[in-house]
Amino acid sequence: MITRFALRANGPAERMAGFLAHLRLNGMALGVQDCGLALAALTHVSVDLAEARLALKAVCCSSAEDFARFDALFAAYWINTGRERAGKTAGNARQRSSAVIDQDGMAGSGQAERPDTDGAGEAEQDGTGRLIGSRIRNLMRVDLREVVGTADLAEAEAAAARLARAIRDRRSRRRRAATRGAALDLRRVVRASLSTGGEPVRLFRRKRPERPTRLVCLLDVSGSMAVYAKVFLSFLKGLMTADSQTDAYLFHTRLARITEALRDKDALRAVDRMSLLAQGFGGGTRIGGNLAAFNAHYAKRLVSGRSVVLILSDGFDTDPPQVIGAELARLKKRGCRVVWLNPLKGWRDYQPVAAGMAAALPHLDLFAAANTLDSLAALEPELGRL
Amino acid sequence: MSTWRALQDQLAAAGYVAADDLAMALHLALMLGRPLLLEGAAGVGKTDVARKLACLRHTRLIRLQCYEGLDASHAIYEWNYQRQLLAIRASETEDAVFSEKYLLERPLLAAIRQPVAPVLLIDEVDRADEEFEAYLLEILSDYQITIPELGTITAVTRPIVILTSNGTRDLSDALRRRCIYSYVDYPDRANEIAIVRAHHPGIEAELLGQIVGFVQALRKEDLEKVPGVAESLDFAAALAGLGVNDLTGDPVALQAALGALLKTQGDRAAVPLAVAQRIAGKAA
Repeated sequence: MITRFALRANGPAERMAGFLAHLRLNGMALGVQDCGLALAALTHVSVDLAEARLALKAVCCSSAEDFARFDALFAAYWINTGRERAGKTAGNARQRSSAVIDQDGMAGSGQAERPDTDGAGEAEQDGTGRLIGSRIRNLMRVDLREVVGTADLAEAEAAAARLARAIRDRRSRRRRAATRGAALDLRRVVRASLSTGGEPVRLFRRKRPERPTRLVCLLDVSGSMAVYAKVFLSFLKGLMTADSQTDAYLFHTRLARITEALRDKDALRAVDRMSLLAQGFGGGTRIGGNLAAFNAHYAKRLVSGRSVVLILSDGFDTDPPQVIGAELARLKKRGCRVVWLNPLKGWRDYQPVAAGMAAALPHLDLFAAANTLDSLAALEPELGRL
Repeated sequence: MSTWRALQDQLAAAGYVAADDLAMALHLALMLGRPLLLEGAAGVGKTDVARKLACLRHTRLIRLQCYEGLDASHAIYEWNYQRQLLAIRASETEDAVFSEKYLLERPLLAAIRQPVAPVLLIDEVDRADEEFEAYLLEILSDYQITIPELGTITAVTRPIVILTSNGTRDLSDALRRRCIYSYVDYPDRANEIAIVRAHHPGIEAELLGQIVGFVQALRKEDLEKVPGVAESLDFAAALAGLGVNDLTGDPVALQAALGALLKTQGDRAAVPLAVAQRIAGKAA
C-alpha cells in the first residue's frame, strides 16, 4: 500500500484524494463523494492553512472522536514537519496488518484479540496449528486459559452472538408490537364513539411499548486476566456484531472505550486499533477507579434503567475495596442491572475472598462463572431472565 | 461572497459568540446546502445557534423536538380524521377527503413548503428511534415527502437544517455522512466572558472574570452534571440580582447563587461552601 505524500501528487484533486485516503486509513468513514465536497468546501474559504483546516474539519469529521483527532491528522498530512512521521505510522499500520494476514491465514473469526504484547501474541499464534491438530478432547470444558485456537475464538464469538440474540429476540417481538402501536386503537375508538352517536370523533392510539434492553460491557485486561483476554475480546466482538446498541470498554489501569474499534468492519484494522488502545496499559488493575471513570464520563448518557452492565473481571483490585462498593452503588442508582462474570468462579472451591470482589457482591444482580465456553453459553437463560 | 468571519461577526452582533470551528461549519453548511449536525454536552448553546441564525436571516424557525416514540404522524403530516368524517357525513361522498384541506402539516412538511427558506431545527435527534432517522434521511437527501394519498410534495425552498444531538445513542453513519459536522465544546475563557457579557452587559469586568473563572474551575471538578453555558448565564444573573460585586466577598450570596450552577444533591454535597470559596479565591 502506498502512502501518498502531499507534495508528490499532481493537482489539488489528487492531493485531496490522498488526504481522504490518509483519513480513511486512520479509521474515519469517508465516501467517494466526500472528496468533491471537501474541494467544494475549500472554494468557500480564503487561501489560508488555518481556514482550510477548519473547513475540512467540518466536512470530513462525523463524530466527536474524529473531531478530537482531526487536527493531528491534518498536520501530519499537510504540514511538512509532521509529514514524515505520518508516513511512517501509516506504513507501520499496513505492515502490521499484512503480518497478521500471514500468521492468521486471514481467518475471519480470530480478529478481536490480544491486548497483550506482540511477542506473546506471536508465540501463541505459532502454537495455534499444533494445538488444534493434536487435541481431540472436548475443548468446550477446558478452562479458557488454555483456549487459544482460532476455532475456539470463533466459538466464543458464536456463544456471544447467541446471547445477544436471546436478548434481541425478545426485542423483535416488541418491535412488531410497536409498529402496530403507531396505529389507532379501534376498540377504544368504537367504545368512545357510543357517546357521540356512533361517530368516531375522539381517536385513541396505542402507545409505543417500552424500549429493549441494552448491553454495556466492561472488560478487565489486566495482567491477571491476560490469559482470558483474547477469548473475552472475541466474546465482546460477538455481542457487538449481533446488536448494534451494545457498548464495550476495556480497563486495566485506565478505561478505554472500544465500541468503535470493535465495530470496525475491517477486521484487521480492528485488531490494530485494539492493540493501540491496549498499549500504555500496565501494572495492576484499578477496578474501582475505572468504575468511577465510567460513572463520570459514560454512564450518565449510556446507562439507563433498561441497561444491563456486564463486568468481566477476576475482582483483583489495587484500589481500596470501598471504592468498588461505592461506585457500583452509584451505578446501580441509574436503575441498571449489573452482571459480574468472573473466570475464577468456575474453579473448584472458589471463594470471593478478593476484597474488591467481596465489596462488589451485594450490588450484583448476577454473579456467574465464565471460565469455560460452556459457562458462557449457559448464561443465555440467566441473561434472558434479567 | 460572505466569509465565515463575517458570519461569526453577525452572530456576535446578534448575541451569539461562536467558536471558529462552529462558525466555519455553519458557513459551509449554508454555502454547500448541507444539513449541519451539532454534537456536544448539554447547555453549550447548540439549540441557540439555530434560533440566532433564524433571527439573522429574518426567517422562520421551525423546531422539531425529538423524543422516544416520535413517529411520522407527529413529525411529517397527519390527516385530520375528524374533519374528514364530518365532510363525509355532510356530503355522503368520500371523493375529496384526501386533499390539502384535510392535511395537518407537521414540522418537516411545513419546513419544505415555506416561501422563504426557514431554519429547520431538529433538536436532540438522538432521542428519536432509528425508524425516524430513516424518514429523516429520505427528507434530507431529496427534500421531498411522499404522501400516498396525495403524491409527492417537493420542496418549494430548501430549508437550512440544523440537527443537534447529546449523544444518548450513536447516530447512524448514513445520517452523519450527509451532514456537515461540528462538536460544540464548552467555550474557553475568553469566549465565555464574551458570551456572558453579551447577555448581561451590566456586569463589571472584574466580577465577570471571577464568574467565568469560577465556572471554568468548577467544570474541572468531579461533578455529576457539569454546568453548561446556560448555567453560567443563570449564575451571573443570580449574582447580579443579589447585588454582589466581588465573588470572594459575600459567602452567603455565593452559596445562594450556587443553586444556579449545581443542580443535583450529590453535586451540592461535592462542592460545600468552603470548596466554593477556595475555587472563587483562585478564580479571582
